[in-house]
Amino acid sequence: MTTVAVLVEHRGGEVARPTLEALTLARSLGTPVAVWLGGQPGPDAVAQLGEYGATEVRVVAPELRVAAALAEAVGAASGDADVVLFVSTFPNKEIATRLALATGAGVVVDAAGASIVDGHVEVEQTVFAATWNVRTRIVTEKAIVAIRPNTTQAVPAEGGAPAAVVPVAFDPPVTRESVVAVEAVPASDGVPLAEAPVVVSGGRGTGGDYTLISEFAELLGGAVGASRDATDEGWISHEHMVGQTGTTVTPALYVAAGISGAVHHRGGMQASGTIVAVNLDPDAPIFEIADFGVVGSLFDVLPQAIERIREVRGA
Amino acid sequence: MRVLVTVKFTPDLQSNRSFTDGYVTRTADDGSMNELDEHAVEAALQLVEAVGEGEVYALTVGGPDAGAAVRKALQLGVNHAIHVSDEAIAGSDVFGTARVLAAAIQRVHEEAPLDLVVTGMAALDGLTSMLPTALAAELDWSQLTLASSLEVADGVATIRRDLPDAHETMQAPLPAVVSVTDEANKPRYPNFKMIMAARTAVVETWSLADLGVDPATVGAAASRTSVVAAEPRPPRENRVIVTDTGEGGRLLADFLLERGLA
Repeated sequence: MTTVAVLVEHRGGEVARPTLEALTLARSLGTPVAVWLGGQPGPDAVAQLGEYGATEVRVVAPELRVAAALAEAVGAASGDADVVLFVSTFPNKEIATRLALATGAGVVVDAAGASIVDGHVEVEQTVFAATWNVRTRIVTEKAIVAIRPNTTQAVPAEGGAPAAVVPVAFDPPVTRESVVAVEAVPASDGVPLAEAPVVVSGGRGTGGDYTLISEFAELLGGAVGASRDATDEGWISHEHMVGQTGTTVTPALYVAAGISGAVHHRGGMQASGTIVAVNLDPDAPIFEIADFGVVGSLFDVLPQAIERIREVRGA
Repeated sequence: MRVLVTVKFTPDLQSNRSFTDGYVTRTADDGSMNELDEHAVEAALQLVEAVGEGEVYALTVGGPDAGAAVRKALQLGVNHAIHVSDEAIAGSDVFGTARVLAAAIQRVHEEAPLDLVVTGMAALDGLTSMLPTALAAELDWSQLTLASSLEVADGVATIRRDLPDAHETMQAPLPAVVSVTDEANKPRYPNFKMIMAARTAVVETWSLADLGVDPATVGAAASRTSVVAAEPRPPRENRVIVTDTGEGGRLLADFLLERGLA
């Protein structure tokens, strides 16, 4: 029997959607157990984790921020697991790396899917700015996989049962590193960029005015993204940057407005489901990967599109 | 202040990147030093310049082509270049690569202690961002990763780390492995004089035997992962590009509505 430990992403006591996706994937690999780091999960969170297939919620209560300590905590809660699943984020990749060094597990991060083939975990990825599909086998007995948000559809388990809450005794180790100050980024309304099913991004073509971008994103139930140009100009904060060094997104719909589509930007969004682009320049590289493109000004195109969608919805 | 920068040879982003026999195709024609490593070189040079004395080393691991990566670092102004090359290294996973880098770093550190190892935040081919962590663990040095700023004073390094939900200030004693983001600085351009000097500068070449690394612990045979299939994704089909003549927004809306996306 394969035991699959899933590290829970939680914010303000709520389980983040990518964790439910990871639990759904975990069920296809074996028996999921959830690992909750930091504080205590509330009854709603425990119920939801059970609903998506977690048989246990293992709780490591201390609040930790340093990768070396976090990895030990996950290790303490997942010693019996054959597979440990993470959501692919920068901090989690660090935890996964340290955990792998401690357990001898093989690791694949930025995964788009995973399955068991001939007794081994095999992982799918899209690489090189989503121009190639790669399948990688983890040859070690233990496997660690970090899965990208929006690559598995979260589905509740059939006959999901309440999960048992299991406290894990853990003494935080002394680490060389210490976090001496934390400044919380105010949570923006709606879903975080990496998890959003729709992303509407604006670039240089906005001239710094994100009113239409925000309005269109809100209408489509999506998050607001930006190009490096726009964050460099200080038009919008760095958390919004889509690209290889910012946030990599794989929404069902990506709208690029006033973004030329430099290779660094494309690398962060090219695996999106449907790509729509609006740009004044017919030669903008973004059109090479757009399913639907409009050569024109976003200040003409977006208001008309918003009006049309409202009109059809209202009808 | 003695700083070592690890750099990687990667295919040019604008080139047609591909796989050959399960490995990233690497040829000298369309590759160079990973762009994000320029920020690591810049951070190292700035640290030494601020103190007014010290040395910067550039270190790479890879086949014969990888020498181009340390040459680029020399053009930017590093003082010493080291290239670890050995057939047995081919096919290493991140843990094998970290083991080789750590052995080379230890050798430099034994000659005269290093204060810092600086790396880029990711290599633009693999993008896993795992190496800095693996290297810090392998060396058993402090790990300060994803720094958007870096300061060193009194034997302690302090970084700022911008995560999606928080900005952290993190500290650790030296020696430390620091990875810097592309927000950390603006890399300098090499000038003509530096380019010419880099051409003839000596690149030290080390083998696994020089470093006392058992070849069986690195390379494809020791890798914990193995690529079993790689294929180009099919291009998007039925793409439509229209020019706005007053109806562009409506056409866009209809496209989204038809696909059930709005």
